[in-house]
Amino acid sequence: MFDFISFIPRAVMQGIPLMLGCTGETLTEKSGNLNLGTAGIMYVGGICGVIGAFLYENSGAVMNDFLTVLIPLVSCLVGSALMGLLYCFLTVTLRANQNVTGLALTTFGVGLGNFFGGSLIKLVKTDVPSIVLAKTSLVFSRKLPFADSLGWFGKIFLSYSFLAYVAVLLALLSSYVLNRTRTGLHLRAVGESPNTADAAGINVVRYKYAATCLGSMVSGLGGLYYVMDYASGVWSNNAFGDRGWLAVALVIFTIWRPNVSIFASILFGGLYILNVYLPTGTNLAIKELYKMLPYVVTIIVLVITSMRNKRENQPPASLGLPYFREER
Amino acid sequence: MIQISKRGELGRGRALAVRAAGLVLGVLLCALVTLLATGKNPLELFAAMVRGSFGTPRKTWLFLQNTAILLMISLAVTPAFKMRCWNLGAEGQVLAGAMATTACMKLLAPSIPNALVILCMLITSVVCGAVWAGVPAIFKARFNTNETLFTLMMNYVAMQIVSFFCVKWENPKGSCQIGIVNQSSRIGWLPEIGNRYLLPILVVILLTVFMFFYLNSTKHGFELTVVGESERTARYVGIKVGRVVIRTMLLSGAICGLTGFLLVGGIHHTVSTTLAGGQGFTAVMVSWLAKFNPAVMGIFSGLLVFLSAGATEVATSVGLNQSFGDMLTGILIFCIIGSEFFINYRLSFHKKNKEVEHHV
Repeated sequence: MFDFISFIPRAVMQGIPLMLGCTGETLTEKSGNLNLGTAGIMYVGGICGVIGAFLYENSGAVMNDFLTVLIPLVSCLVGSALMGLLYCFLTVTLRANQNVTGLALTTFGVGLGNFFGGSLIKLVKTDVPSIVLAKTSLVFSRKLPFADSLGWFGKIFLSYSFLAYVAVLLALLSSYVLNRTRTGLHLRAVGESPNTADAAGINVVRYKYAATCLGSMVSGLGGLYYVMDYASGVWSNNAFGDRGWLAVALVIFTIWRPNVSIFASILFGGLYILNVYLPTGTNLAIKELYKMLPYVVTIIVLVITSMRNKRENQPPASLGLPYFREER
Repeated sequence: MIQISKRGELGRGRALAVRAAGLVLGVLLCALVTLLATGKNPLELFAAMVRGSFGTPRKTWLFLQNTAILLMISLAVTPAFKMRCWNLGAEGQVLAGAMATTACMKLLAPSIPNALVILCMLITSVVCGAVWAGVPAIFKARFNTNETLFTLMMNYVAMQIVSFFCVKWENPKGSCQIGIVNQSSRIGWLPEIGNRYLLPILVVILLTVFMFFYLNSTKHGFELTVVGESERTARYVGIKVGRVVIRTMLLSGAICGLTGFLLVGGIHHTVSTTLAGGQGFTAVMVSWLAKFNPAVMGIFSGLLVFLSAGATEVATSVGLNQSFGDMLTGILIFCIIGSEFFINYRLSFHKKNKEVEHHV
């Protein structure tokens, strides 16, 4: 019998970084910016949180819970916002190509994460053997107090740390803002047709900057959740893997809807670890093929949405294109 | 007030000067970051970087070989880019070619003569690379499926296929690596010309010349340029856009497959998921920065390989992580793409004095 009660919580924990990454990238893409730097931004979010927590843990101060959460959280948000700002400066202000900028951002971000992950100890001259943020992780991964007493219900719905619930709330909030508020309407207008939006008096540049920076901050949280909760505060280089790209894939899979991303990311999380749960017998190699599933599914969705060509399921019309007011 | 307006054609010399300024700024920033991270004398660091690429004859050959491989992948993605078709799947296409090569080496080894094995390797790798690019291209041509995201996903499909075979054919057991294939019999190993580094370099030089002519003086090259500039114009003059898209992507994938063939047959004699090592993405940047000019691509490839080898040398010498090179690559590319702006646009500063006088 397939063990759902242990499978679902693990799928959710796998899915949370993807959910945050996907929500952030959706916000960004709605403004017409195809930010392929998400993978790098999530690395930077993670490592900035690690640096903040590492300095605090090793500062010798008496740790209180509030600061233990606040310091990594703020450094993560600042780090990822700076990455978003850099992307915007290059693509919006300097009108550089979005794909190239995004790829450079990924190279830079992943390099930065691995560099500081591998050299932090040496740089601050401490004598700890490796980066293990046990105390910080303990606070970050604290579960709801009554999770254990409610049997399977508690296990499936309540056994996560606060960032997981924040992720769900952020996804719902983004969905609400995008579809039900004036700000969201303006943002979608900017992504669909910046010319029209500009003519209607919407400040295109400001919307692009705001959406991309906010989106980056949300994505960066995904990196933070991964290190502090999923990996129990242990940073190892390249452990985050290609989850950032999976988040980009997820945006297509959810056809640009953050509320769908809640279920979709858990589904992807499940596909990501399915290989552990499916019986393989002695043929271990098959597991590697199961890991292909999320990508194959994304390709199928991409193809089907383009074949059906329904107007409400299309990417934002100006996605990936630069906007220059005087070039109409 | 600052007003931005589009520039007409900027003279060649001045455009070059702007690019050089961007490059110099990038190098200075890299130097600053290195200085902050290591706290060493910049000149000493530069000497260490030069040692990283040219310290020994072996390092020099490696530098040339790595440059050649990066240039080859950059050449592969260029025709697709020139057509405004974003082939971000070079990584996967190289892996597909490499996997096909390895499979031929492993399965055909004892039964047929060496020359035939190499021929099979060549054909299957080129075909596999082309298929990996061709599938997204067909959907792009038929349904206008987003090729950026499709090719990107194909990377990971290829990667998982490779890791499937890494486990299936693992050698020694439990290592999850294929290991050197045909180590004793050397079947399927490409012949060495002079030394073991020269063959890929020669292939790439030929390819560079070919690509230069293909893009600039053939009908195919002309057609894909027109499609890239304006699809409507292309339709109007009777170019079958779908066919050009598929043909160009097939070429792009085939060259990537050939790169995989050289990497496995000539250099590594094995395959792993990190064989392409992110060069598929770096190549995109190289091709774009060089504005699709094959010769300039060579310069940029060399520069990036030099930077990354040098940064690795510096980082290891002071006990820091080797990813330092990626960070520096990122910084340098930011500066160069940033400088493009000043080639295409003009900033004009209007003085606000008049307005102020009015108010007074």
